[in-house]
Amino acid sequence: MSNAQIEIQLIASLVAIACAIPGTFLILRKMAMISDAISHSILPGIVIGFFITQDLNSPLLILLAALTGIITVVLVERIQRTGLVKEDTAIGLVFPVLFSIGVIMIAKNANDVHLDVDAVLLGELAFAPFDRLLVGGVDVGPKSLWVIGSILMVTVGLLFAFFKELKVSTFDAGLSASLGFSPVVIHYGLMTVSSVTTVGAFDAVGAILVVALMIAPAASAYLLTTDLKKMLLLSIGFGVFSAISGYWFAHWLDASIAGSITTMLGLLFLVVYLFAPTKGLIAVFYREKQQRIEVSLLTFLLHLKNHNEEVERHVNHLREHINWQKVRAKTVLELALKNNMIVIDEDIVSLTKKGNAFTSKAIDYIITNEDSQIEDMKDDFFLFRG
Amino acid sequence: MGTAILGAVCGMLGSFAVLRKQSLLGDAISHAALPGIAIAFLITGAKDSNVLLLGALVSGLIGTFWIRGIITKTHLKSDTALGLILSLFFGFGMLLLTFIQKQPNANQAGLDKYLFGQAATLVESDVWLMSIVTGICLVVLLLFWKEFKILLFDADYTKTLGFNTKFIDVLITSFIVLAIVLGLQTVGVVLMSAMLLAPAAAARQWTNSLGVMVFLAAIFGAFSGVFGTAISATQNNLSTGPVIVLVASVFVLFSFVFSPSRGLLFKQIRFIKNRRDLKLHKTLAFMYNIAETHDDISHPHTIKILNNFQGFTRRTLQKLVDRGYVILEGAMWSLTEEGFKVASNLYNQLTEDNE
Repeated sequence: MSNAQIEIQLIASLVAIACAIPGTFLILRKMAMISDAISHSILPGIVIGFFITQDLNSPLLILLAALTGIITVVLVERIQRTGLVKEDTAIGLVFPVLFSIGVIMIAKNANDVHLDVDAVLLGELAFAPFDRLLVGGVDVGPKSLWVIGSILMVTVGLLFAFFKELKVSTFDAGLSASLGFSPVVIHYGLMTVSSVTTVGAFDAVGAILVVALMIAPAASAYLLTTDLKKMLLLSIGFGVFSAISGYWFAHWLDASIAGSITTMLGLLFLVVYLFAPTKGLIAVFYREKQQRIEVSLLTFLLHLKNHNEEVERHVNHLREHINWQKVRAKTVLELALKNNMIVIDEDIVSLTKKGNAFTSKAIDYIITNEDSQIEDMKDDFFLFRG
Repeated sequence: MGTAILGAVCGMLGSFAVLRKQSLLGDAISHAALPGIAIAFLITGAKDSNVLLLGALVSGLIGTFWIRGIITKTHLKSDTALGLILSLFFGFGMLLLTFIQKQPNANQAGLDKYLFGQAATLVESDVWLMSIVTGICLVVLLLFWKEFKILLFDADYTKTLGFNTKFIDVLITSFIVLAIVLGLQTVGVVLMSAMLLAPAAAARQWTNSLGVMVFLAAIFGAFSGVFGTAISATQNNLSTGPVIVLVASVFVLFSFVFSPSRGLLFKQIRFIKNRRDLKLHKTLAFMYNIAETHDDISHPHTIKILNNFQGFTRRTLQKLVDRGYVILEGAMWSLTEEGFKVASNLYNQLTEDNE
């Protein structure tokens, strides 16, 4: 590993961490699309700043771009408040306009300077180490490393300082207002941090990757946990993991680093989406199937309790009576047997003592409309789940 | 010409997207189409725009249905799902594009025109393709008009009526994706969502009827296409996409401010007028209360009494005189017969309202 490679990975990881923190809150506040809007609409701010300073890394650029980001948020809210259009339409209207203005400004004025839309939108991490920051003639490292490092420090500082406030206002805006800290201030604070992060990260990794790095790790983490602290840590971990693995993937393919980091994020999300223990696609399917069988079991037991005649309780009769498929009837019967709910004596099914108790309790709950209690009861009675 | 047709079809379909609160879907789809273009190019190795568009269509549809899957199957919200798919697909597309650029294939140049679009690259066959698609859209729209409309406003009711909601849903989503993919060449990935939204949002301000709205949106879209192209043609270095978007947003701004029933301007005027009326009524009611204490309604009082009253200004008094409710004699005023009647009715109305 050369020095430059280590630096690239370091920058990518720092960007990932810096994005994951505001990203988590954006997702919890259902404002994920705002980050997309900001990442596009900072373009005019960057362009204006560039005209003034002629330097892509000056702090003024970041300041102006962050300002444009906040203007975007304010505009979106203004348009939304008129009640003429919905929030998502407002977002969809504001950022293309600002972006268009930026594109036109570049096309008209900046043709001969090094600033084109591709660079802003896509970024190129590979060149980041070559842009060194010189302090008194001494090389202290790549510029973007310092930029994103300081943004990260500020973000982490703010996170620790205002963690409680952020948490309360995210989950219960009303409560936080009544406790005396204004949700509005925190809202705009978060927006400012998001804008600054987006801007600081854009020239390293590009605007689109910023969005991906904000949303994807946090979304994956959200599928795995509901604890805010764990979610923050997980999304940071995911971000760093995909940053580094994405770098090597790009190295191997000889393709855009930003693109391959995003691809790794996508793969990561896909895996979590499919295999997350409680909220993944497979887990959801499995649970639905389990519940279906257990509901069938309950129906079956109720049927048994209602009928004392031997004819009604004959194994073959049950199938036609409740109108089940053969396989399903078999699974249900086996489940009931395994749980000691029923006994089969010469093809006649009857409830055991335990089955009887279970069924009467279930009827009680159904009659009193407390269906949710049945779930807890299942834990008490079942030896095996469906 | 091409941009006009594009604007029209985007306007039509955009109306549905806006009303279904899927405004940002367009943004997501247009980004999600990128890997499709790249993969289609990798497979065929040729830059045949029809094949590339097919690839874009397929990957756009995959993106859309994955978004659906995320929203319905997990607890992630729609904005998260949109942003996620948008950025992930786009990043993957970028990876493929840079990968293609490293390939020894002379054809690869110009693929990135799909990113920002350039209407000048439109050739006649593209325009024909667009017109055909627009025609198909129009026919389908007319055929399924009733179904679309009912699904838009009351999905549950549609289901109980026995319509296949899933089919209609997929149909309309596919058409939105189709329109977006067509527009990619012209305005590019980033600005496509504005093409879809802006005409529809503008049209929404002028009418409450779906039919009129779709029609208006089509016209707005077509006009912004034409004007945008014209403006960008007059100057060098002005790409078409951004100009079209700016023109379209001028339409939106204009509609927001000047639309007669929902516009901000008229809302403000109505607001001021209502406040004036209220003041007038308050003054009249106050006068009525004073006049009531005397046997003779036309008994004159000094204007000074009114000075303590908040709603009172010289203007309101003059207005009351103009309407014939009040007579002024020097510094004295008295209620007329008519004024008394109106005021007492006013009072009745108020108490009725309170009940």
